[in-house]
Amino acid sequence: MQFYRFYLGSLKIVLKGNRVYWAWVGFLVLCIVVGTVGYLEQASGGLIVTHMRDPVSWGFYIGNFTFLVGVAAAAVILVIPAYLYQWKPIKEIVIFGELLAISAIVMCVLFVTVDIGRPDRVLHLVPVVGNLNFPSSLLAWDVLVLSLYGVLNFVIATHLLYCGFSRKAYHRAFVTPLVLFSIPAAVAIHTVTAFLYNGLPARPYWNSAILAPRFLASAFCSGPAIMIILLQFLRKYGGLDLKMDAIWKIAELMAYAMFINLFLFGAEVFREYYSGTHHLLFTEYLFTGIGEHNRLVPYAWLSIVLSVGAFVLFLVPATRKNLVTLNLGAIMIYGGVYIEKGIALVVPGFTPSVLGEIYEYSPSRVEVMVAVGVFGVGFLLFTFMAKVALRITQGEFHKDTHLGGPSRRTVEAEG
Amino acid sequence: MKPDARRRSGRKATRRQFLKGALAAAVGGGLAGCDVTTREAFFHRRFKELSRAEKRDILERLERDYTEKYGSPFSVSADPAREGVLFAYALDLSRCVGCRRCVYACVRENNASRDPAVQWISVLELEKLKGVDIYDSNLYYSPEQVPREGHFYMPVACQQCRRPQCVTVCPVGATWQEPDGIVVVDYDWCIGCRYCMAACPYGARHFNWGAPHVDQEDMNRETHYLGNRPRYKGVVEKCTFCIQRVRRGRYPACVEICPVGARKFGNILDEKSEINYVIRNKRVFILKEEINTQPKFYYFYGI
Repeated sequence: MQFYRFYLGSLKIVLKGNRVYWAWVGFLVLCIVVGTVGYLEQASGGLIVTHMRDPVSWGFYIGNFTFLVGVAAAAVILVIPAYLYQWKPIKEIVIFGELLAISAIVMCVLFVTVDIGRPDRVLHLVPVVGNLNFPSSLLAWDVLVLSLYGVLNFVIATHLLYCGFSRKAYHRAFVTPLVLFSIPAAVAIHTVTAFLYNGLPARPYWNSAILAPRFLASAFCSGPAIMIILLQFLRKYGGLDLKMDAIWKIAELMAYAMFINLFLFGAEVFREYYSGTHHLLFTEYLFTGIGEHNRLVPYAWLSIVLSVGAFVLFLVPATRKNLVTLNLGAIMIYGGVYIEKGIALVVPGFTPSVLGEIYEYSPSRVEVMVAVGVFGVGFLLFTFMAKVALRITQGEFHKDTHLGGPSRRTVEAEG
Repeated sequence: MKPDARRRSGRKATRRQFLKGALAAAVGGGLAGCDVTTREAFFHRRFKELSRAEKRDILERLERDYTEKYGSPFSVSADPAREGVLFAYALDLSRCVGCRRCVYACVRENNASRDPAVQWISVLELEKLKGVDIYDSNLYYSPEQVPREGHFYMPVACQQCRRPQCVTVCPVGATWQEPDGIVVVDYDWCIGCRYCMAACPYGARHFNWGAPHVDQEDMNRETHYLGNRPRYKGVVEKCTFCIQRVRRGRYPACVEICPVGARKFGNILDEKSEINYVIRNKRVFILKEEINTQPKFYYFYGI
């Protein structure tokens, strides 16, 4: 019964808010409507309404999926210091990292779903009912680890919040092993996603041993970058009790991660350009273009400028501890990694194609619409969950609170 | 039928009925609006897992549906691989003139969509000075006459690998290698994720980005379930060595049409076959050997 009240109370919190809140929710609902309209168009016409074609058979959807797996994995950067070192300031905000991970996983699943040609056959991926090709297919691994990671974060976050609601201390014996397990699980989802590309000898651009380390390094930059901005939002609009020490710490960790990311990138660039084999073509397509085909070039350089710039901002303590430059750096990292792990990862892998064809891909109107919708769903989910979590962590929502009172019918049902 | 066997098949049937019922409940009314074909396809397993009776039912239903849809009698076979047969292909690069007749013969034979256009064979124009340099090839050559001075031509379709990457990566096992070496796709099981297309080193896999369209009068009505039967929107397809022909002892359409006799095909296990002769007496090479896909499609210079 108490869980039902928790559920009902959460619903009430979500449905109450000021004008800023409703404007934000309205905006996200609008995004979802746009996405739905786009998806209906795609469902009736087929994926031909996208700009993907045989030579470039994955594009914007799978790029976003890859980026968001990184965001989901990065919840771990908050979890490690919070639980292993019992570092107090981070511990208070770790719940929001977990909620972000849940939202990111939901968006990942949606991006894959909108990308497949026959979503009506999605049950074929379910073991026993369908025919999951495990362990042979890395996509099968991805289905398993992503579901596991999603469930794990959902269980941990729900338990922590519900204990907060019940005004009880959470069960250490239950939470600690799960949290410890979520650390390798986070590494696993990103590694498996990297291996999904990495394991294809047909695509030299991806078939590099440092792809998985690069994935992890960039995820440890982009995930916390979103967190830094979200946490400040929550502090400003949601009254989150945020210690700036926690933010400085996250920013410092990001500087190290960005250094490793840039170093690995440099190692890759050296190998490609110095040996100058045919495999250089894909990197060339990205950074200089091949002949008149140079659609990705500006994005590629923008990504580098943003990443290097952000690295400098996060490295220097003065700019790291200045809110303006810190936020600028976070946005730059987000932008840099969004390009790097999205379009700049997927498209050059296919350009030129395995038969040397150059098809210049850029997302179509429908692809952008659908992506807007998916992000709308993710952000809306996060908004709702964070709103409830805020009230609980602030002690305003617990089993004895009177949230406008339970409805008459509930009282009768209880009796 | 022995009583024991009957009992077993009876039990199997009830379990299947139960599963169908459970699935139907899970899916709810979602399928209610679909036609019978879609609904039934939703419930059966992968083609290679089906019993002989189930296969027969499906083939009959498809024949009925297609006959109704395309106006005249339609045959959908499921001829199995024959014992002691391993199909292989060889292509003589010195003879090929790049006329692309094979491309269009293949489209006609295999009911590939005309709009949007799906072609299983890609012919690459290469420079003689550079040799087989695929990244320097031209797929869209269109001179008045072929062959062009200083160039040679290399048709590429599915290489029917012994270690097919596409089969390894498919998350649902919708594609597999048959005992006679042909890699096939179950169009009723494919989820359209296109991982196989990313994995194929030869660009042999093609996706139905839109609803495939073939005019009624152009439809080839002699089809195979795993080959040239009409396809759906949102699934992957590929060359099957014309499975509907070769399992009945005929040549693939591309071999038949080739005006210069550049294409050789047969059972590599049969010592008297032409393909066996080519392997023994010519020096062959395979495409992208470093990937270790071990194709059964060989190239050679006959002259």
